[in-house]
Amino acid sequence: MLAFAELASETSFMLSRIQFAANISFHILFPTINIALCWILLFFKFQFNRTGDESWLRVYRFWVRIFALSFAIGVVSGITMSFQFGTNWPGYMETVGNIAGPLLGYEVMTAFFLEASFLSIMLFGMNKVSNRVHTFATLLVAIGTSMSAFWILALDSWMQTPAGFEMRDGVAHVTSWAEVIFNPSMPYRLTHMVLASGLTAAFLIAGISAYRLLKGDNKRSVKQALHASTALAMILIPIQIFVGDLHGLNTFKHQPAKVAAMEGVWETSTNVPLLLFAIPDEENRTNHFEVKVPNMASLILTHTFDGEIKGLNEFEGKHPPVAPVFFSFRVMIGIGVLMLLTAAIGCYQFLYKKRYPNWFLKVLVGMTFSGWIATLAGWYVTEIGRQPYLVTGVLKTHDAATTLPADNIAMSLTMYLLLYTFLLIAYIRTLFVMANRAVKLEEQNPSIEDMRNEALADDIADDIADDSTDANAQKQAPAQAQSLTDSTTQSKTTDKGALV
Amino acid sequence: MSNEYQWLPTVFIGLMGLSFLIYAILDGYDLGVGVLLPKDNQAQRDQMIYSIGPFWDANETWLVLAVGIMLIAFPKAHSIVLQALYLPTAIMLAGLILRGVSFDFRTKAPSKDKQKWDLAFKVGSLIATLSQGYMLGRYVTGFDESSLAIGFSLLSAVCVTAGYCFIGACWLVMKSEGELQKRAARWATMTNILMAVGIAAVCAANLMIDATIAEKWLSFPQVILLIPISALFLFVFATVHVYLQQIPTKNDIGCWYPFLAAVVIFILCFAGLGYSFYPYIVPMQLTIFEAASAPESLLVIFWGAVFVLPVIIGYTIFAYKVFWGKTTHLTY
Ligand code: HDD
Ligand code: HEM
Ligand code: HEM
Repeated sequence: MLAFAELASETSFMLSRIQFAANISFHILFPTINIALCWILLFFKFQFNRTGDESWLRVYRFWVRIFALSFAIGVVSGITMSFQFGTNWPGYMETVGNIAGPLLGYEVMTAFFLEASFLSIMLFGMNKVSNRVHTFATLLVAIGTSMSAFWILALDSWMQTPAGFEMRDGVAHVTSWAEVIFNPSMPYRLTHMVLASGLTAAFLIAGISAYRLLKGDNKRSVKQALHASTALAMILIPIQIFVGDLHGLNTFKHQPAKVAAMEGVWETSTNVPLLLFAIPDEENRTNHFEVKVPNMASLILTHTFDGEIKGLNEFEGKHPPVAPVFFSFRVMIGIGVLMLLTAAIGCYQFLYKKRYPNWFLKVLVGMTFSGWIATLAGWYVTEIGRQPYLVTGVLKTHDAATTLPADNIAMSLTMYLLLYTFLLIAYIRTLFVMANRAVKLEEQNPSIEDMRNEALADDIADDIADDSTDANAQKQAPAQAQSLTDSTTQSKTTDKGALV
Repeated sequence: MSNEYQWLPTVFIGLMGLSFLIYAILDGYDLGVGVLLPKDNQAQRDQMIYSIGPFWDANETWLVLAVGIMLIAFPKAHSIVLQALYLPTAIMLAGLILRGVSFDFRTKAPSKDKQKWDLAFKVGSLIATLSQGYMLGRYVTGFDESSLAIGFSLLSAVCVTAGYCFIGACWLVMKSEGELQKRAARWATMTNILMAVGIAAVCAANLMIDATIAEKWLSFPQVILLIPISALFLFVFATVHVYLQQIPTKNDIGCWYPFLAAVVIFILCFAGLGYSFYPYIVPMQLTIFEAASAPESLLVIFWGAVFVLPVIIGYTIFAYKVFWGKTTHLTY
């Protein structure tokens, strides 16, 4: 009977973990876009204010709609998160509630209300408030999203590297709020995440803009968006790699078991090679099919060739599952390298060739969601790498789990998975629907009501649904739209690519 | 908890109650508008959704705050209540997710899908209001599993939905004109009656469930208070009923009155529930003093709230002012 009860609670535990991981993974996709996209929108708005160039307003209006959509999904999936702690991890709040509570509370009070209230002015207020107030509202929303990131990452980092507290009767009590908030891994994690957000948004903008160019959209606004996002990516990715390295060094200091899993090191040793690829085998505590660069891991982590790295065997029974951490880490790094290459080629084409070749535009379309994948992979390294602890050294994940019956959790989990899959598909599809629609809109008159434009563009989209070659799309655009297109649009899309 | 900080749990239960109340009023009207979306008229649907467009997001944040305060200040209660209400909570969240995203998808997805998103908006709102009403019923009956209690919770689900529809319809009376306003007045009249039934049922159940609660209300001298309260209820219900028959009024005079009345009714109901259950946070099981977190942590949030809440209320009022008056076409 006891064994049966244990089995049931083990199932509840696993299901709770899967549900939490699914929910947070879905949620994080949207804040990741929004944290940076909002600042980028502010940049577009400033450019418009400064130059009076209507095509900046065009860019702004296209992306603000995507921002609104992503924000809505971020909000509703975030609301789910705030219920999860109580329902699935009661032991979490009982043990560290004195720390997690205020941090979450400040996130709600200082960030969520700010975003949500000024979002409406940012979205619908353009004709109701002055341009200055509107720009200011956009700024406040941007500050709000960044503040949420600040508080939630302070909490998550505290769970990784707890500081500034003492345990009394099994409950954590704060001794210094400054140490709790600015715990050892927090500055690194915050910087790395904010940069990740910038990269995610940059590649999203670049990807959608490239898609529009490939569809024959030769408006200046699209190219402006493409230039801006490629430049942003080029600025951010080297910094991200540098910060990532520092982040890793910091983790090496505070969570050596996690780094050992990331690097796939079993035995403590010096002159550790960097594994480009391997298949970690936890049962036999070794790797198969290693592809390695001699001494590199030692060099990266200790900055000497013969530096010592603690192996997983030192932490037997207390280290995370190796394979998921090991592979996620490589996915993240791999995408980081791809991003660097793509951004560099983009800048080269822009500066020296003055044209984006079609193959490059296609690469950009392929990279549209690369930021999402890298971000998720990075979070899996972080969070799985902390196991078996929920709060490093303080609370084991197992001890925080709910006692709810497994079938209840199975039901809610199924519901969430169905809903999230559906929403993800709808979201991505809608992005491309919006892009296709925008291809057919005229550039010069952004003040024309979007609703009318949409109806118009939809009609065209329906007409050409079956023969959607680029040339046809251009030809069939109704005369009305054509006549509105100003003839000063100089650049052209050619067969070989888009001129700058 | 040392005596010096005895006031903290009371302050926090007050803050939590206030957040739930503001949530019920604000998200109440936008959920209600969602439930009321008519099948037969795209233009009216658009108009109705424009009327809540700038507000729903901030409205919903009050739920995050209320649940957040429960999580932060009364973690034990948070896990007891939410584990007891696990499935209805999950279903409510699904409803909120569905409606929150439909609001945005409907204008961005291909236009042939717009009607489907409108339907999702309506269904999502309905799921959310029904499950909130059901949860309220379960809470009031102390999570009792008897079929009587479940039946009561189902009744509560319907009546809370009616209450939200009522306040939603009143919102529309205030924010719209012409045909839609007349239609909203009819909706408000219908739901008004259903809501009155619901309130009466909750009052009766409240008194029957627990002797101490009955004692609180019916013993002398409190019982005298029941007279003005009932009179106020009757007055409000009756005047709203009469007013709604007059719509459209000349120069739209008093178009805000039904909404104000709805707010008064919501406040009275909340105050009544609060009075019944205080100092319990889980009815008959756990008091706020047993459930509270450490005073140091509560103090940190308390001082934060003292500074931040007035600011929040300030810019909420600002946002409402920007979008004051009859709803116009929304675009961005
Ligand atoms: C666009 C996204 C992105 C890109 C290109 C990179 N990362 Fe990253 N990485 C993240 C997005 C991310 C993240 C999702 O934002 C994480 C999860 C938690 C965090 O702070 O950042 C993360 C975590 C994370 C960690 C785990 C730290 C810990 O758990 O304690 C390390 C060591 C690195 N990163 C290092 C790197 C390096 C050396 C990169 C160079 C290519 C790199 N990351 C590229
Ligand atoms: C936002 C990006 C995040 C992602 C993608 C993410 C992902 C994950 C994953 C995959 C796990 C499961 C690890 C395992 O069980 O092996 C996990 C665990 C957990 N994370 Fe995160 N996490 C994120 C941020 C956070 C934050 C900000 C918090 C807290 C404030 C948090 C709290 C937890 C908790 C409580 C668990 C334990 C439950 C579990 O082990 O499944 N996470 N997370
Ligand atoms: C590192 C992980 C996380 C980050 C960076 C993050 C960031 C954000 C951001 C920026 C928003 C604003 C909405 C948007 O832009 O989409 C948001 C929304 C939200 N997040 Fe998260 N979040 C994280 C994890 C969590 C966790 C673990 C919780 C659970 C407590 C949570 C709860 C919420 C809630 C309730 C909202 C809705 C806010 C509103 O009503 O405006 N988030 N989050």
